[in-house]
Amino acid sequence: MNQTAVGEVEKLVDPMLPQLMSIRKTVWETDDTFTIQLEKADHYDAEFTFLPGQFNMLYVFGMGESALSISSDPLKPGTLAHTIHRVGTVTTALSQMKRGDVIGVRGPYGTNWPIEKANGLDVCIVAGGIGLAPLRPALYSLFRRRRDYGRILLLYGARSPLDLLYRVELEQWSKLYDVEVLVTVDRSDSTWKGYIGVVPSLFMYIKLDARATIAMVCGPEVMMQYTIAEILRRGIPPEQIYLSMERNMNCAVGFCGHCQYGPKFICKDGPVFGYPHISHLFEKKEI
Amino acid sequence: MQKEDLTDVLRKHPFVGDLEKQYLQLLVGCAKNVHFQEGEYLCHEGEAADSFFLIRTGRVAVEIHAGHKGKRRIQTVGPGEVLGWSWLISPYRWHFDGCAVAEVRALTLDGKCLRTKCDKDHDFGYEMLKRLSHVFQSRMEATRLQLLDVYGTR
Ligand SMILES: Cc1cc2nc3c(=O)[nH]c(=O)nc-3n(C[C@H](O)[C@H](O)[C@H](O)COP(=O)(O)OP(=O)(O)OC[C@H]3O[C@@H](n4cnc5c(N)ncnc54)[C@H](O)[C@@H]3O)c2cc1C
Repeated sequence: MNQTAVGEVEKLVDPMLPQLMSIRKTVWETDDTFTIQLEKADHYDAEFTFLPGQFNMLYVFGMGESALSISSDPLKPGTLAHTIHRVGTVTTALSQMKRGDVIGVRGPYGTNWPIEKANGLDVCIVAGGIGLAPLRPALYSLFRRRRDYGRILLLYGARSPLDLLYRVELEQWSKLYDVEVLVTVDRSDSTWKGYIGVVPSLFMYIKLDARATIAMVCGPEVMMQYTIAEILRRGIPPEQIYLSMERNMNCAVGFCGHCQYGPKFICKDGPVFGYPHISHLFEKKEI
Repeated sequence: MQKEDLTDVLRKHPFVGDLEKQYLQLLVGCAKNVHFQEGEYLCHEGEAADSFFLIRTGRVAVEIHAGHKGKRRIQTVGPGEVLGWSWLISPYRWHFDGCAVAEVRALTLDGKCLRTKCDKDHDFGYEMLKRLSHVFQSRMEATRLQLLDVYGTR
């Protein structure tokens, strides 16, 4: 048997084995969505590195595990965070955790947003609801090298003004990083002065240099379906459209088949896909 | 504003910009430039819909009265879009309130004047109907999506 050098031990860590992390802070973004910041709770002290668009499996002991995109800045050490919509068992348990409570974290997993490919291009980011969470690390990465990109547009939709994520940051981004931010909600009372309508309708108000634009989209599938139709209508080539598919999964490493459709697994081939690789999925009603 | 100027303004609006010259002239005869401050109403539910608007700048919120829940804003209409089609459909009454949420510049077209021209020249009438049908279709699609409440659960 080959001997394993000490330094290599970490590389051989079982991908199913979680590291221990503790809750540093919980910030409620809306009534049912919160951001948790994590810090290492075990001896494993290497910096947690990830690429924008990747996700972790967060394990609440005795409850279960959930796939959750990383929503923090990949280049800001020690700020690992997830923005989580409380929908069921695991996400509710996470929402109730206090500072110092320990969870298991496996990851990072999955493919990333094409930040490098966007070099020199205009970037059109389209998010719906919690879909802004996996796109936030992409935005942070674009801001770091702002001059390397042309226009940055962010089209974002939520159910109501109270359901908007990162409200303070949304305002800052347009001022600090020259981002054209268009926010729309499905409904509102008369205090809201912004757009009302679905995200795809925002394309009416922007002009795109289609060939020089790369699009990154994340949100509920039906929203993505209509958004892609609009993006294609504007002439952005399919190979310049990227989506994050966040259908449910179990193992995150391509073993269990839970998130498999056709030859692809969301966990190991995604969650970020180039549109041509999954266009067929948007023609099927359900898998 | 001069007629020539109005033709230019109409030409720049996506709803009618590509109409043939003679049709644009028909529209000019019924068009007028208007301006609304934030908070002003362009139309009120139940009132006679004797005009409609081609929005040039700003934003109009479409409001409906939802009984005890009060007024609800269900849509905004912005630059390049059309506000109102009740001028074409009997009994020609507005079905919503339209409130300027950002200062609005628009062209208003006299509905009665336009109806008469559509009745007289069916080719022109058909052209207007085709364009409005497109607006109906995209509004219906958007409403369907809104009804799905897609952000409610993942
Ligand atoms: C790659 C990836 C990234 C994700 N990133 C995020 C994120 O950043 N933030 C976030 O809030 N959620 C994210 N999700 C969704 C998240 O994994 C689920 O919402 C979570 O696992 C639900 O766990 P639960 O135990 O709380 O709910 P459960 O008790 O398992 O389920 C509650 C309800 O939610 C439904 N549900 C569960 N998961 C999904 C899903 N993925 N899509 C649609 N409906 C679902 C169930 O069918 C059920 O109706 C991501 C999913 C994937 C695959």
